[in-house]
Amino acid sequence: MDFLIANFEAVLFYTVAAAAVAGGIGVVTLKHPVHAALALLETFVMVAVLFVLRHAEFLAAVQVLVYAGGIMVLYLFAIMLVRFKGMRPDEVFLSGIAPLAILGGVLLGAFVAIGILLGTMATGEGGAAAMRAVGDELPGNTEAVGWLLYTTYLVPFEVVSVVLLVAMIGAIIFGRRDAALSKPDGEVKP
Amino acid sequence: MISAEPYVALSLVLLCLGLVGVMVRRNFITVLMSLELMFNAVNLNLIAFSFRLGDLAGQILAIFVITIAAAEAAIGLGLIIALVRLKDTVSLDEADLMRS
Repeated sequence: MDFLIANFEAVLFYTVAAAAVAGGIGVVTLKHPVHAALALLETFVMVAVLFVLRHAEFLAAVQVLVYAGGIMVLYLFAIMLVRFKGMRPDEVFLSGIAPLAILGGVLLGAFVAIGILLGTMATGEGGAAAMRAVGDELPGNTEAVGWLLYTTYLVPFEVVSVVLLVAMIGAIIFGRRDAALSKPDGEVKP
Repeated sequence: MISAEPYVALSLVLLCLGLVGVMVRRNFITVLMSLELMFNAVNLNLIAFSFRLGDLAGQILAIFVITIAAAEAAIGLGLIIALVRLKDTVSLDEADLMRS
């Protein structure tokens, strides 16, 4: 226990890193795309934890919001829209590995609880006073990143927003049913 | 306080896993997911060195990488929908429309 508290950051890093690698292996090896997407979600969240460990709090929030929220929903939409050949409809959902999913959720909850407990022990106090002390001590990461983004890196920021707009238009054109996408022999699909 | 090396090692492992996924898998959706894995590995590297050097430029770069990853996901999934409409498959081996 003392070892865990003394080396809290290292223990947390190696646990989270192992979970991230396990998620990556799952993405590459799992047959079903929904399972691979869930493994990818695990990796995203674990990488967000590592961002927090490296004091990139704003990026950790962005990682969870954009990757785990937006991109993952996009992937699941695409998977659900695509109908897989030779796959029974009930296989699309997670009925087969439901006990495993429940076990994973319970383990994750226990892991987070132990992490909070050990972190409180390692840093001394876990109350609101300790939080305020940390807030006074460190300049806000979000403020610093926002300041840099809108001053030094303003032009790249604008360029990347145009890139996003172009990607959006491209995705709409690809997704249109009546677009100029035609069969190879020239017959336009209705 | 652990150093930057374990982060770089983890980033390398994730990047190689993503590369294996891109090269080995035939399912278009899984290939795109492996690509996202590689983006994440790059971000992890950027953050680790941003912390090590005390320079926030790495975090700004990571934000741009996340933006490009979102654009890539939108385009890639649009391509998947188009491929399914045309060939009724998500296998990359079947995507040979430009082969004469």
